[in-house]
Amino acid sequence: MITLENITKTFQTKKQTAVTALNGVSLTVEKGEIYGVIGYSGAGKSTLIRCVNLLEPPTSGQVKIDGVDLTGLSKEALRNVRQKIGMIFQGFNLLKTATVYQNIAIPLKLTGVKEADIDARVKKYLKIVSLEDKHNVYPNQLSGGQKQRVAIARALSHEPEILLSDEATSALDPDTTDQILALLHKINQELGITILLITHEMHVIQQICDRVAVMENGDIVEQGKVIDVYTNPKHLTTQRFVDSIFPSQIPASIIKDLEQQGPIIDLTFVGDAADRPSLSVISKKFAIETNILSGNIVQLKEQPFGKLRAHIKGAASETNQAIDYLKNQGVQVSEVKSIDSIY
Amino acid sequence: MTAFIERWGSTIVEATFATFQMVTISLVFSIIIGLPLGVLLVITRTGTGNKRWTYRVLNIVINTIRSIPFIILLFALLPFTRVLVGTSMGVRGVIVPLVIFTAPYLARLMESALLEVDRGVIEAYQAMGIKPIQIVWHVMIREAKPSIILGVTIALIGLIGATAMAGLVGAGGLGDVAYRFGHVRYQPEVMYVTIVILVILIQLIQSLGNTMSAKAKKD
Ligand SMILES: Nc1ncnc2c1ncn2[C@@H]1O[C@H](COP(=O)(O)OP(=O)(O)O)[C@@H](O)[C@H]1O
Ligand SMILES: [Mg+2]
Repeated sequence: MITLENITKTFQTKKQTAVTALNGVSLTVEKGEIYGVIGYSGAGKSTLIRCVNLLEPPTSGQVKIDGVDLTGLSKEALRNVRQKIGMIFQGFNLLKTATVYQNIAIPLKLTGVKEADIDARVKKYLKIVSLEDKHNVYPNQLSGGQKQRVAIARALSHEPEILLSDEATSALDPDTTDQILALLHKINQELGITILLITHEMHVIQQICDRVAVMENGDIVEQGKVIDVYTNPKHLTTQRFVDSIFPSQIPASIIKDLEQQGPIIDLTFVGDAADRPSLSVISKKFAIETNILSGNIVQLKEQPFGKLRAHIKGAASETNQAIDYLKNQGVQVSEVKSIDSIY
Repeated sequence: MTAFIERWGSTIVEATFATFQMVTISLVFSIIIGLPLGVLLVITRTGTGNKRWTYRVLNIVINTIRSIPFIILLFALLPFTRVLVGTSMGVRGVIVPLVIFTAPYLARLMESALLEVDRGVIEAYQAMGIKPIQIVWHVMIREAKPSIILGVTIALIGLIGATAMAGLVGAGGLGDVAYRFGHVRYQPEVMYVTIVILVILIQLIQSLGNTMSAKAKKD
């Protein structure tokens, strides 16, 4: 549905120095999926998503929507394509001087939707975002979450096949973020709209994304299905993002002490394995004691995923058998050394 | 009091009317020229190539005109005015210099008003595939309306000040009455009355401008 091929983008700044925001990025988003791009601030995420509808024309590379290269289109043809690509933003970008109703109706009118259809469309999409009681309210009287709903309704009212989201939840509190994410998920499921979103929060990725790409310094350093990237992050940046959802503040000195008495291991559970009480089983089955140091289970879109850090105390042979047992149960096990501990 | 009204009433009413006439006509033309110029300044501001040159030229022209005091502009433009409207005297003759004086000022005020408009909203409209000209009208000018109204109010008050010099080319007006009768023929009451009228007028205009601007803000 969306194919970016070898996109580069260089900004020429005033002082004649060039900033390369994108370094030859390729990405394919399939029809009907929710694709997330995550990265730290300045990684080039906004530049990338803005290349999709050519708000930022790439310096080189191709942007294909349904096989059509947008970079070769006339201004008019590009406008027509853009009408079928919705976009929402961190800052909502609503008209302050227009009511909620007008904020949706005006763009419809300007894109040539028939006067007779406009009213029905506005009402339909305000209902979908649960704002049917706010028609005549001005944006300044709305909360952040409500403003984003208006922006979503505005995007949907053009009946797009694609929705681009540039940090749409980054200005919202956690509860509101979840509501907006749930709404985006519903839009994807019920209206079949393909969503490409960018974010700096893992929370957003795990909540609704099917696939994820990790960006750093203008490159995609890792991409794949969310579950694969979470369970087996390869790039250091990806590992840091994954670790960020498993808060753990164990001082290195304590880890060092514990190491004297037995290994510290990280257990990664996916799906069913996350539900089973594996740790208590091994401490009964083998002559060892286990002690959980930190851990968390998160619900990914498809299945639960958990990580535990535990200390095992006991004879080496018993410990090794216990670890083998866990591995046979479908749990990934890796030993943590105080030196490579990032905690 | 009655004697004063009998002696000066019609002169002052006439002068007030002349001021109104000059100000209204000049303001309308100044907006017709100044608002599009302001838009042009904003959309050429960050461009390259042609856009860049348009901005530079406009910038220099506007700054040049704005550095000339009205009284000098009035005389400097005499030949141009005569060619353009057939006369350089009377209300007709003073409109041209008033507009040339006010339009660049208004253009600057419009520029700063339009620059306040959130770039993000403009982008959102570009992303929806809406034509640039429609974005100018339905986003930029619409959203800037509160500041545009305040800008027009400021320009209007400046314009009233400039019309005081219209008497120099025989266009009459309140300033002319204050000068000719109040100063030259030494009738201080006439001067004071025109001052009071001007003060009240300016107060009213500013309050009206503030109210309309606040109303346009919608928050
Ligand atoms: N219009 C611009 N002009 C110059 N540099 C820019 C511009 N937009 C983005 N950049 C630079 O490109 C890099 C990537 O920015 P951006 O795509 O906004 O990152 P992100 O959204 O991941 O935080 C940054 O170094 C930023 O300073
Ligand atoms: Mg960004």
